[in-house]
Amino acid sequence: MAAVMPAPASSRRLMSGNEAIARAVWEMGTRVAAAYPGTPSTEILEALSAYPDLHCEWSVNEKVSMEVALGASMMGARAFCAMKHVGLNVAADPLMTLTLTGVSGGMVIAVADDVGMASSQNEQDSRNYARFAHLPVLEPSDSQEAYEMTRHAFELSERHQAPVMLRVTARICHVKGVVQVGERIAHEPTGYVKDATRWVMVPAHARRRIPMMFERDAALRQVSEQSPLNVLEPGADRRVGFITSGPTYMHVREAFPDAPLLKLGMSHPWPLEKVRELAGRVDALVVVEEVDPVLETELKAAGFAVHGKDILPRIGELAPEILIPAVNRLLNNEPPPAPATPGPAVFPRPPTLCASCPHMGIYYTLSQLKNIIVAGDIGCYTLGAGHPWNALDSTICMGAAVTVAHGMDKGRGEADKNKKILAVIGDSTFMHMGMQGLLDMTYNRGNVTLLLLDNGTVGMTGGQNTPANGRDIRGNPAPRIDFRKLVEALGVKPERIREVDPYEMPTLFKVIREETRIDEVSVIIGYRPCVLTEDFKPMRSYYVDEEKCTGCGNCVEVGCPAIHVTRREKVVKPSGKEVELSFVRIDPIACTGCAMCLKPCAPDAILQPEQKRVVATLKPV
Amino acid sequence: MKDEITNILVCGIGGQGVMTATEILAEAAIAEGHDVKKTEVAGMAQRGGVVTSHLRFGKRVLSPQIAPGTVHVLLGFEAAEALRWSSYLRPDGLALVNDARLVPPVVELGLFKYPDDPIGEMRAGGIRTVAFDAATLARDLCDLRLGNTVMLGAIADHLPFSADVLLRCVEARFAHKSAEVVELNRQAFAAGRAAAQTATPATV
Repeated sequence: MAAVMPAPASSRRLMSGNEAIARAVWEMGTRVAAAYPGTPSTEILEALSAYPDLHCEWSVNEKVSMEVALGASMMGARAFCAMKHVGLNVAADPLMTLTLTGVSGGMVIAVADDVGMASSQNEQDSRNYARFAHLPVLEPSDSQEAYEMTRHAFELSERHQAPVMLRVTARICHVKGVVQVGERIAHEPTGYVKDATRWVMVPAHARRRIPMMFERDAALRQVSEQSPLNVLEPGADRRVGFITSGPTYMHVREAFPDAPLLKLGMSHPWPLEKVRELAGRVDALVVVEEVDPVLETELKAAGFAVHGKDILPRIGELAPEILIPAVNRLLNNEPPPAPATPGPAVFPRPPTLCASCPHMGIYYTLSQLKNIIVAGDIGCYTLGAGHPWNALDSTICMGAAVTVAHGMDKGRGEADKNKKILAVIGDSTFMHMGMQGLLDMTYNRGNVTLLLLDNGTVGMTGGQNTPANGRDIRGNPAPRIDFRKLVEALGVKPERIREVDPYEMPTLFKVIREETRIDEVSVIIGYRPCVLTEDFKPMRSYYVDEEKCTGCGNCVEVGCPAIHVTRREKVVKPSGKEVELSFVRIDPIACTGCAMCLKPCAPDAILQPEQKRVVATLKPV
Repeated sequence: MKDEITNILVCGIGGQGVMTATEILAEAAIAEGHDVKKTEVAGMAQRGGVVTSHLRFGKRVLSPQIAPGTVHVLLGFEAAEALRWSSYLRPDGLALVNDARLVPPVVELGLFKYPDDPIGEMRAGGIRTVAFDAATLARDLCDLRLGNTVMLGAIADHLPFSADVLLRCVEARFAHKSAEVVELNRQAFAAGRAAAQTATPATV
């Protein structure tokens, strides 16, 4: 894919926060940008990769992306990395030391918190890391600010040789607003300066750097006092003054247009004098911050009497409809708002696997196996925990399927001695953090059957390229990983590595049974491309012959969204048991012909118009 | 330009093009000189889950999120989804709904029930509801992907600017494709407009 011509400066464009950050990173002359995909941060690097004249990469994990950015910064180049909140856990190791070395070329770390947990396993507040790692934090409130603060962050980083955290949330990343953009400025790397006392963090050197970090903290506090990003907005209604940052600024301003307010664009370190000034103007102070009471705790420690989480929720977003009743209750002199009319009760519509998704074959097969425990992982295939498969027993974090399963095996007692322990992990998650677990397991003589689901992409975040499909972030050819060789190199015996087409459920069933009976580590690699990628070639759709359908409902258990029940019928079996029959049809537009539903269909009632099976091309080896 | 903010809520399910449609609406509002914010929570929703897209425009938009009870126009790409979000409408709000019923696996498995008549329920609840069959209108033009443009045509006469502004944004979206594609989208837009006008209740 060729780089697009960037939009000219001074154009007024609708941009998401992620796109605005990317634009600013490019404009600042950044030379290296790295990330691992993760909602809600993914589109930053996606958008950036469309710009010319910088190295962009999908790194295999967030720790790698941060270290790549640091290396570039050591050369005096401007560098950038982006990650979701849980990605920062993975990158915490370099973070805690690069804050001691400091940076040379400006280095900005964008961290996107999934407040409200649209697509994450927890709701951690990344601002805590900024305190832990002594980082300055900038928090934009919309796309225009995301653009401006990203530019500002590079300058701040260079001036103080500090990595700067740009903290955003899903409500910045995925909100589109009007942005006025500028021009790219050239930035030539200032050059590597050899200095072991700075870059070689042995104890003697690190001891000397720690006081320098404290000096930087003090300098940054002064910066914050004067920063144009920290704005005290006057207001006529002095009953309550608000202290807020990030997207909640917009919610507070919307809900209380006349209240005095301190907007913290640079929220760490925060400006003490400006808080004092606000406190002197109002009857009560309310801190509005999503997730943890981070500012609130610090303000209280500094002697300010503030409200915060005593009146506001500790989880989820703080939209105006949440803020207004909470503050009204605090003021106690306004009638409580009318209770919101509950919406009509409508069935839940959880996300599902797509028609022809290879994971369906895996989970249908696992759901047919008895006496198993399946440790799961992070990705589309986490949906295997849901209906109709209910096939997962755990999901913790990237790579944990392998290691949790290994621990289950080693930790089991009499009660579980006959259970078969399996782990399920996707190709990208395996490369991110699963490989080490597999090495640990082979080295420590584990006994787990690992299903490696290779769909050739990072599926859940929208189908990004990975070493598994041999294309780089810009779509250009790149070296492609060979999973068989990789797992063999990690210590799995060649005869314990099996490759199975996930669409062929009977074969998969047989292979899983065989491998779980052997008391050593096995890896079953299932390859089929993700249906949302260009590697997937849709096949001709199937239909249900109504004359033949017996209503057994077996096909419904596959979980395909293209199969619909047309009629239900209660019948009494000869045994006297009452069962409900489900007669089905296949939506010809949604069906892409994977033929998985044929496998459990007893009466062979699922047919193609011409009975001709089209076989998809398997991955070339 | 009025000071008031216009709130439009577009709802449907992952893969229907809800976000793209809202983006074209946003472009039209920008073309009219409005400040615009558009928000949705993407992520797992793209796998056949619930998708809503909030669009707010006016002189200056602060919060991107629409509060319940403040939506001027609800554009529903699916019947039950329109019902799910109908409580977001203002008392004088209008629902424009594609009457398609997209039934998810959890309903097919017998775990939950799809409402018998979601649009009837909305009307019984006093909501001004205009329903039409966007899929059939698109199929008449021989391309189901035009359903999105049909939906935009349906809302075109219920915006604080002229339908032509929106039509121009739809055309611009497909300008890089063939003249035939642009023409098909123009027809789909007109079909959606006509359907919404025909089905609009007399109270409007």
